[in-house]
Amino acid sequence: MSTQAKPLAAETISPTPERHLPKGESADRKAVTQGRWAATLIIPSLIVLAIVVGYPIVSAIVMSFQNDSGLDPATGLFVAGGFAGITNYTHWLLQQCTGAGGAAVACAPGTLGAQFWNATVTTFFFTIVTVLLETIIGFWMAIIMARAFRGRGLLRAAVLVPWAIPTAVTAKLWGFIFAFQGIANSLFGASILWTGSEWPAKWAVVIADVWKTTPFMALLILAGLQLIPDTVYEAAKVDGASTYQRFRMITLPLVKPALMVAVLFRVMDALRMFDLPFILTQGANNTTTLSILVIQQIRQGFNSAAALSTITFIIIFLVAFIFVRFLGANAVDSGEPTTRKAKAAK
Amino acid sequence: MSTLTASRKGNTSAPEIRKRPFDWGQARTYISAAVIVIWCFLPAYWMVVTAFRQSGFTYDTTFFFTHFTLDNFVATFSEAQGNHFARALGNSLFIGICTTVIALLFGVFAAYALARLNFKGKFLVLGVILGASMFPGVALVTPLFQLFTNIGWIGTYQALILPNISFVLPLTIYTLTSFFREMPWELEEAARIDGCTQGQAFRKVIMPLAAPAVFTTAILAFISSWNEFLLSSQLSSDATKPVTVAIASFAGSQPHEEPYTTIMAAATIVTIPLIIMVLLFQRKIVAGLTAGAVK
Repeated sequence: MSTQAKPLAAETISPTPERHLPKGESADRKAVTQGRWAATLIIPSLIVLAIVVGYPIVSAIVMSFQNDSGLDPATGLFVAGGFAGITNYTHWLLQQCTGAGGAAVACAPGTLGAQFWNATVTTFFFTIVTVLLETIIGFWMAIIMARAFRGRGLLRAAVLVPWAIPTAVTAKLWGFIFAFQGIANSLFGASILWTGSEWPAKWAVVIADVWKTTPFMALLILAGLQLIPDTVYEAAKVDGASTYQRFRMITLPLVKPALMVAVLFRVMDALRMFDLPFILTQGANNTTTLSILVIQQIRQGFNSAAALSTITFIIIFLVAFIFVRFLGANAVDSGEPTTRKAKAAK
Repeated sequence: MSTLTASRKGNTSAPEIRKRPFDWGQARTYISAAVIVIWCFLPAYWMVVTAFRQSGFTYDTTFFFTHFTLDNFVATFSEAQGNHFARALGNSLFIGICTTVIALLFGVFAAYALARLNFKGKFLVLGVILGASMFPGVALVTPLFQLFTNIGWIGTYQALILPNISFVLPLTIYTLTSFFREMPWELEEAARIDGCTQGQAFRKVIMPLAAPAVFTTAILAFISSWNEFLLSSQLSSDATKPVTVAIASFAGSQPHEEPYTTIMAAATIVTIPLIIMVLLFQRKIVAGLTAGAVK
């Protein structure tokens, strides 16, 4: 098992260590043929991705600058749409709806337009709370899984169970557990209407999500833990470091690259959370995430929905960018620079 | 002394040979491990228990199997309430297999090039592929919904398979790339020396060696397609909806009351094959997950 552990950060981001070909004509020719061969192999995949990802993204951005066709609320006449400028964006960001005579007015409470900032706050709340809990519990699980004991195989298989269960099923399952007469209430002797008010509903979503994704987090952290050689710990023990010191000074810094990649993946996943709150609470009681808001808007107007989905992925992109900068700063003192230095030295 | 410690600290789970009265550290490990196993299995266990319980005892909180019945499984497949569960299972299977096959068909070649060949812009290609998988489903669903409405594709199989490829193909390429990097490529060179072309070496030497990696990736690809909900909930019709969508909108005989025992039976049917697959291929799946590190 341990042989499969890989340096996550380095593995996923850096290319294979290059074979340094001797400089000269033959090497150049080899590079050219390899380049052509590589292009032949890769271009089909890139074309497919351009169709299934690139086209929708570009088309969503184009759509987001167009008016939704529909009835004008003031005149009752059908309006055909046309160029909208940034009104679809101001609709969400500034919560401006079209009032009588096409003038921009504040969206009425309860309309989808008025929910944007609530949905943003909810999405970030879910992201921060779930990822924090998952990191802490996942770390603990990973430390246990890294230990040598009989039955470790069973433990590693067990953690895959929540991961393998479809999120839609997880949502129904926890919906049943959190039902009024369900097991959660009867276990704790409580009579909480879990999906009936804001905070219980939010915590129900958080608990279900933490249950499902912590094991995944644990596996990623475990992969990082297994890269730390035992000799480092032995040396620290000899030098008299306590358990806490060993964790603080060895485990944490050495596992950090893998941990950051794991957290990044989870954050990006949590920011687009949809299935769980959509099925568990239908977005009621302030559990509407940005993704749910987009889906609700689709039936009311494609173009506003396109603007909102564009805003959503820009938010996710920005968060990822901040993380990668943060990670990039870290990668400089781990592994990465050796190849760069080697190249620079040439 | 040092060799002794080293061998004991090794990765194998060899039990300690020296006898001690009681090892508290080891006991704590076992207790923690038990807590984790219970954490993982308990809700799933509750699902199975409920699936076998008579619907009149839906909210019975006895921990063990009581009021045992198979009626829920019959009810799951009954068409009386307009649930086409059997059809949904078939749909998920069909969509999953098509998505996996298409993603592998393209992904194997791209991953080979990324893992094996030196070329300019490799970094960029990897970035583009990883970036593609990071777009949220909702960013794709709006334009696709409009496009498929215009060309009459809503509710067709191709309208469900195409969007799935958007996240399964990057996952496939990433997982395969990291598997391929670990393969014994000297054998390819040996084949080249023996007179194979690069294409022949790929087909005759590398493909058989790569089969386990491809198989693991296929499992991961299939599971992620099987579990997809957002896109299919918008783009499918009654006839083509996959199981995840079917379970989310399961109707019972009583309005305003969730038929939980039937839903749990359906959930069990959907989940058990995945759990068996996961338990059988545990090692490979963990390797694939941590290698690709997507989803």
